[in-house]
Amino acid sequence: MQIYLPIAEVSVNAFLLLGLGGMVGVLSGMFGVGGGFLMTPLLFFIGIPPAVAVATEANQIVASSFSGVLAHLRRKTVDLRMGTVLLAGGLVGAALGVVLFNYLRSMGQVDLLVRLCYVVFLGIIGSLMFVESLGAIRRARSAAKGKPVAPPRRRERKWVHTLPFKMRFRTSGLYISIIPPLLVGLLVGILAAIMGVGGGFIMVPAMIYLLGMPTKVVVGTSLFQIIFVTAFTTLLHATTNYTVDMALAVLLLLGGVVGAQIGTRIGARLQAEQLRVLLAALVLVVCGKLALELLLQPAELYSLGDAGGH
Amino acid sequence: MALRLCALLGICLALISPTPSAQAQDIVADLSQRSVSITANFDGSELMIFGAIRRDGPPQEADPLEIIITVSGPSEPVLVRRKEKVAGIWVNTEAVEVDAAPSFYAITSTGPMADILADTEDLRHRISIPRAIRSVGAPQEVDQPESFTDALIRIRKDEGLYRVEEGGVSLQEQTLFRSRVALPANLVEGDYEVRIFLTRDKQVVAEEDTLIAVRKVGLERFIYTLAHEQPLVYGLLSLTIAIVAGWGASTAFRYLQS
Repeated sequence: MQIYLPIAEVSVNAFLLLGLGGMVGVLSGMFGVGGGFLMTPLLFFIGIPPAVAVATEANQIVASSFSGVLAHLRRKTVDLRMGTVLLAGGLVGAALGVVLFNYLRSMGQVDLLVRLCYVVFLGIIGSLMFVESLGAIRRARSAAKGKPVAPPRRRERKWVHTLPFKMRFRTSGLYISIIPPLLVGLLVGILAAIMGVGGGFIMVPAMIYLLGMPTKVVVGTSLFQIIFVTAFTTLLHATTNYTVDMALAVLLLLGGVVGAQIGTRIGARLQAEQLRVLLAALVLVVCGKLALELLLQPAELYSLGDAGGH
Repeated sequence: MALRLCALLGICLALISPTPSAQAQDIVADLSQRSVSITANFDGSELMIFGAIRRDGPPQEADPLEIIITVSGPSEPVLVRRKEKVAGIWVNTEAVEVDAAPSFYAITSTGPMADILADTEDLRHRISIPRAIRSVGAPQEVDQPESFTDALIRIRKDEGLYRVEEGGVSLQEQTLFRSRVALPANLVEGDYEVRIFLTRDKQVVAEEDTLIAVRKVGLERFIYTLAHEQPLVYGLLSLTIAIVAGWGASTAFRYLQS
């Protein structure tokens, strides 16, 4: 069934959009990532203009994150206090990111920057997570076989623990300074605005490895922060560029919210280590594909863009 | 009755009366539709263009008449970028701005364009695709500037937005003609110009222009207008839909499980 999208001004298959939304929604619920880093390139691929894809995707992420976070709230796996601190940083970061994005666009080459951002961040985070979680799985296996296991090393006092303005985060079982979460939120906000994604794939590892939060709490808290940052981004796009396509968003989010519910339930059954290996593999696949696009000669060397926006 | 018959006979005689020096031709044409409505399930449309050649003399056998029909969408400036390999990765380097390129352009004719239209006439009436695109000129430092317009045409042809169908017009008895032009699903809103050219000996002897309004209607119209005139309301509405859908799915799944 073909449907004409009023803002994107293209006609696409409605079931294809529902399917894409559902698939990305499952991943969103499982890993606590918004799914934007997968959905945005997929939308380009089916012929949605990039500006519309990025803006509409932000709107869709609001829906799937909201659906996901409700499930997490009921399981009490959302650290609201930590989420609020991350959000404060995130909103400032998103505003800064939009300013930076417009400045870079005036210089041209913003596409290249976005792609390089994707490859570098996805590459680093994917590899780190992959190696770390494989190690964790191996340790768990040898423990199961009854081999003597070295007692878990005590977390050494990192610089993170020496900073002032400490706050108790009861749900995460942490007593740390609010400066690192604020900075993480800020960085994620900037990247989210530039890359047109929720930023979960950066925030989730940062929460685990930098802040030392338990994996179970990380997903819900990340979703909580993403809702507000992407809602803010949606409004910015809607009022400045008029690129949010409501019809496209509705189709994507119908699939997305259902997918997110399924994903959250799958995620609850999997072990934390398995979850991380899967997310790492997914991140690396997307990274590899984008890197190849930069390195291999494209079939069409020319591309068309709107004139006047330079 | 007799009077009307006489009048008719008079008109017929006037039409047949020979003017051998310069025979004038005229096009009488109509379209299957004067407007195209883009609805939610719009999946392209087909335009039928038909008509007749009116002349003040019998058909000349020597130089047959030919028909060329063009349908063009609203023109807009386009920035064409070229990628080059810099330090191992493919980067957009040079860019050329094409001043005005139609968003949609279809040509259909009774025969091969090269045989029925002279270059000078093409230049004057901007009929073929390269001529329909207006490009004032690339900056000096860009090499092969014409490759940018070629790329624009190639990309739009691949997307089905630019098409040439030589032989797509059927002309009967040098008088009646008709043709179909398919309008794709990725149509942009605006006024589309239909031009019908009559050529003889590669020269344009008559032209007939019509406009078709392509407009979004119903829900499509409502969403588009709201997004542009009340962007904040539109943005908040989009967010509300998102939140409600998210909550709805979550609640529905809880009921399913319990």
